[in-house]
Amino acid sequence: MNILISNQSELPIYAQIKEQIKEQILNGQIEEGKVLPSIRKLAKEIGVSVITTTRAYNDLEEEGYITSIQGKGSVVLSKNNEFLKEQYLIRIEGGMTTAVETAKRINMSEEELGRLLQRIWNE
Amino acid sequence: MNNLLEVKGVTKTYQSFELQNISFTLPRGFIMGYVGRNGAGKTTTLNLITRICNPNKGSISINGITYEKDPIAYKEQIGFIGDESYFPSDFTVKTIRIVMKDQYQSFDETKFNQFIKEWNLPEKKKIDTFSRGMKVKLMFACALSRETSLLILDEATNGLDPMMREEILDLLQNYIEDGKRSILFSTHMLSDLEQIADYIIFIEDGKIILDDSKDDLLESYIEVKGKKEDLTRAIEKKAIGLTKNAYGFEALLSSEDAELVNKNFVVERPTIDKIMLHILKNKEVTYYESF
Repeated sequence: MNILISNQSELPIYAQIKEQIKEQILNGQIEEGKVLPSIRKLAKEIGVSVITTTRAYNDLEEEGYITSIQGKGSVVLSKNNEFLKEQYLIRIEGGMTTAVETAKRINMSEEELGRLLQRIWNE
Repeated sequence: MNNLLEVKGVTKTYQSFELQNISFTLPRGFIMGYVGRNGAGKTTTLNLITRICNPNKGSISINGITYEKDPIAYKEQIGFIGDESYFPSDFTVKTIRIVMKDQYQSFDETKFNQFIKEWNLPEKKKIDTFSRGMKVKLMFACALSRETSLLILDEATNGLDPMMREEILDLLQNYIEDGKRSILFSTHMLSDLEQIADYIIFIEDGKIILDDSKDDLLESYIEVKGKKEDLTRAIEKKAIGLTKNAYGFEALLSSEDAELVNKNFVVERPTIDKIMLHILKNKEVTYYESF
C-alpha cells in the first residue's frame, strides 16, 4: 500500500488517504482479504493525526470497501460484492463514454469503434 | 472512562492576569494542541496541571486521580518537557540518573541509558554546556523512561532544527500509538505539530475561545483572497479578520458562506495558524469598534 500526502492538495488529508486506498483497492494493488494497517499504525507511519486516519477508515467502511473484524482489523472486502461490482461498472461506463464521445468527434462509426475495442480486448 | 485528562472550571488569579473558568477534556490515546499567543495563559494552564502552582478554583484529574486525593500517584503519571531545561545547570547525565532513580518509582534505568546512548549525550559534561537540542533530548529521555500516561510539552519545539522536530514528531506518535496515553502540548506557532494534533484549543486572555478537533476546525473555514473591487458588502460583513492592503484583501470565511465567493477569488484551505491569526484580528476590530 502506498500513501502520499500532499499539503498543497485541494483535498483534506483524510480524503487523500481515503481516495488513495480506494484507488489501490479498485486497481487490484491492494487485494481482497488483505488486512490494512491499524488506524494508529497508519497515523504514525504517515505522520498524521489519529482522528484523520480514523475518519478515512470510517468512510471506506461506510462506502463498502473495507470492513472491521474484531481481533483482526480492517479487511478489504471481496471484489465480488455488489457494491464493488457497481464501482467497477461506473468506471467502465466512464471509460466507454469518453471513447464514444471521442469517436463521434472524428465521425468514427459504431462498427469501427467496436472493431477497435475487439482488437484492444485481444491484445 | 475515556478521558485521560479532565480539567473542570479551573481559575487562577494573579495580580495582572486571570485564567478564567477553564474546562476541557483530553481523551485517551490522542494529541491536543493548546494554542494561543504569548501571555494568553498557556503556561499557567500547564503549570496548574503539573501542579507547579495550585488553582484557586476548579478540579483537575488524570485517569480519575486528583492531586488532592493522591499527590504522588497524580504526579507519577505526568511527563513534562519545557521550553527551557529544568535541570540544575551544573548537573550531569550521571547525577540526573541518580536523582531520577531516587525520585520516581517507575524510572527504568535501562531505557534511560538507551536514550542517552542513541542520542550521544555525554555522561560527564555539565548540562549548561549542552545545546538546546541536547537539553530537549535529555528532558525526553527522563520523561520517556518512566511509566507516564500524560506527556506535557510547553513550547518544547521552539528553536529546534527541522531534523530534531521530525524526531520529536516520531517520539510523540510512538507515545500514543497503543491508545493508552495522551499528549498535551502548548505552542504559539502550531505549524510544527499541526499535522499530528487531534484536538486544538485556542486560548486568549485567559479564556478558551475555541475547542474542537483539528479536522473539523480546518473544515469550518476557507481563506479567500481577492481584488479590492471584488470585496462586496456581503463578504465584508461575514469576513473574519479581514485585511486590506493596496493591492487586494484577505479574509477568513466560514465554510457555510462559501457561496459568497466568486471565481475571481483565490480560495485556499487555511492552516490552523492562519485561522488563529484571523480570529484574533477579528476580535481586536470588534473590540475597538465597541468604543
